[in-house]
Amino acid sequence: MVSPSHSEPVIELRGVEKHYQMGDTLVKALQGVDLKIFPGDYISILGPSGCGKSTMLNILGCLDQPSVGQYFLDGLDVSKLSDDDLSQVRGKKLGFIFQSYNLIQQLTVVENIEVPLYYQGVSEKESRDIAIELATRVGLGKRLDHRPTELSGGQQQRVAIARALSNDPSVILADEATGNLDSKSGGDILGIFDQLNADGKTLILITHDEGMSMRTSRTIRLKDGSIASDKRREEVAR
Amino acid sequence: MIRHSLLREFSLFRLKRSVLLGIKSLWMHRLRSLLTAMGIVFGVCSVIAMLAIGEGASHEAQQQIKELGSQNIILRSVKATDATTAGEQERSLILEYGLTYRDISQIQATVPGVLVTIPAREVKDFIWNESRSIDGSTLGTVPWFPEMRNRSIVRGRFFTEIEMNTRAPVCVLSRSLARHLFPLTEPIGDTVRIQTSYFRVIGVIADDPAASSAGEEDKNGKPSAKQSAAMEMLIPISTLEDHFGEVLFKYRSGSFEAEKVELHEVTVRIDEPDRVMPAAQAIRHVLERNHKKVDYEMIVPLDLLRRAERTKQIFNIVLGSIAAISLLVGGIGIMNIMLATVTERTREIGIRRALGAKKKDIVVQFLIETVMLSGAGGVIGVALGLAIPLIITHFAEMVTIIEFWAPALAFSISVITGVLFGIYPAFRAAGMNPVEALRHE
Repeated sequence: MVSPSHSEPVIELRGVEKHYQMGDTLVKALQGVDLKIFPGDYISILGPSGCGKSTMLNILGCLDQPSVGQYFLDGLDVSKLSDDDLSQVRGKKLGFIFQSYNLIQQLTVVENIEVPLYYQGVSEKESRDIAIELATRVGLGKRLDHRPTELSGGQQQRVAIARALSNDPSVILADEATGNLDSKSGGDILGIFDQLNADGKTLILITHDEGMSMRTSRTIRLKDGSIASDKRREEVAR
Repeated sequence: MIRHSLLREFSLFRLKRSVLLGIKSLWMHRLRSLLTAMGIVFGVCSVIAMLAIGEGASHEAQQQIKELGSQNIILRSVKATDATTAGEQERSLILEYGLTYRDISQIQATVPGVLVTIPAREVKDFIWNESRSIDGSTLGTVPWFPEMRNRSIVRGRFFTEIEMNTRAPVCVLSRSLARHLFPLTEPIGDTVRIQTSYFRVIGVIADDPAASSAGEEDKNGKPSAKQSAAMEMLIPISTLEDHFGEVLFKYRSGSFEAEKVELHEVTVRIDEPDRVMPAAQAIRHVLERNHKKVDYEMIVPLDLLRRAERTKQIFNIVLGSIAAISLLVGGIGIMNIMLATVTERTREIGIRRALGAKKKDIVVQFLIETVMLSGAGGVIGVALGLAIPLIITHFAEMVTIIEFWAPALAFSISVITGVLFGIYPAFRAAGMNPVEALRHE
């Protein structure tokens, strides 16, 4: 494994803070977060509720912008981008996996996987080919034309993973990806994550589940809006 | 900033996908979509149908008026109805009223723009062909009557100036009269009888188009006006004077009536359409001076035409307001449903935004849905709107005219309504914060 410290970081946060105005008080959801994430990293971000995990996810996912500080994604400072450019960055460089799958109900499996490609302007045929290939890869090759309501939770999450992979993102963000699943399906999903990381994908799992830290190669613990600890477990990953 | 040319290249494909997506979303809520589109359906359909009916009705009326001749002013003698008439009638036994040759010569001398006048006298009595008879009117007139009144000769010919000068006993029958008196045989060459005079039929002329409109115009209450106007026989005015004299006698079911009318009808042809209205005014002055009682009536086809047009204008305004209101209601219905849809699909909007959709992509998506909804409503509305006039024409035998622009106009208004009422919900959808939209339950 290439030592991460020798390559350029895919994500770099410099002194990132996020403030919210809640009535009269200013809530600092994130305070002075510095973080470098390298290609191929397999990270779990852990912490109790209210520690700033969601804010972290929103910022890392370019859904929100930091109040203070800079965020470089693939060398591009995204902390000051316009709304349209942020959309472009999300669609091109990021893959999202949510706790509640977040599939679009009126679309089939293939069409759901195609959504990011559609906004990237990939041609119909090309995006269809990619979607079918990915669906097959996550084990849904026989359910291409099913709708989300016709699938189990584990299957829906696999569609979501295929969707997150469709635009070949730099980073995949998973928010409590196994939170709604039974342990068997959850285990399957985590197995897919392991496989993706082994294929060289950068994954960030955001979770409150301590067990996750046993799987990932790096664990970041958040407490009160700042990083409490950041440990590599390369020896365990091996 | 990235791959702009590529994006443009795929814009058509994206539009197609957006339309397909819109159809899917609308199809998911079929009943709701149908009910939402109904407002537009009825709006569009009623606009087209009402326009077609209105256009048909006014066209018919205008056609009749035009056939009277827009440069003509038609004067008719009528019995004055005021109380003094009754007293006079008792004294003289012979009722004297109506237009006179003096009126005509004064009109021709004083009113500017008068080209020609067509005098006519009328005898109302039974017209006989052997044993068949009908209560009709016999009109003594001049040879240029058909041309001036836009009446076409259906068969045979009209009488000539020579026949008028020689007071020939010839006649031309209206089509209805010919059909009534000669249901099986050829009228031309045959003879008809009025009282004790016989006339040779030389032609058949089209029915008087004024028959119905003049009947409506007649405020003096002659119930048989319409029928007797259609049952009409035309003879030279000189022949009429020869045979029936100045005083016309009528025997009707035991009662006796005598009246003296110089001229029953005068058609005044004016040279320029612009001068018709002033000429009508001048003629009215001449007649008011010459007649103590209003024993005449004046029909100005141009005036009727203008009045018909004004009526049509009012009709169009009423129609337009109804259309505007129904489309407004339809539009509000669409907006209401789209706002509900946007709220219901907040999560989907959040997902799409997270997966790379720009604000404008969301706007376009919802606008396309609204436009498809209203467009589909418009198409159904146009189809119904085209069908209803056909059904009305078929069953109610009313003339309906569908102007080519009516369906196009109604359809484009429906689409514009969709866009206008879709803009707000679409922008509301696009303006959502992706983070909050994703968290929406």
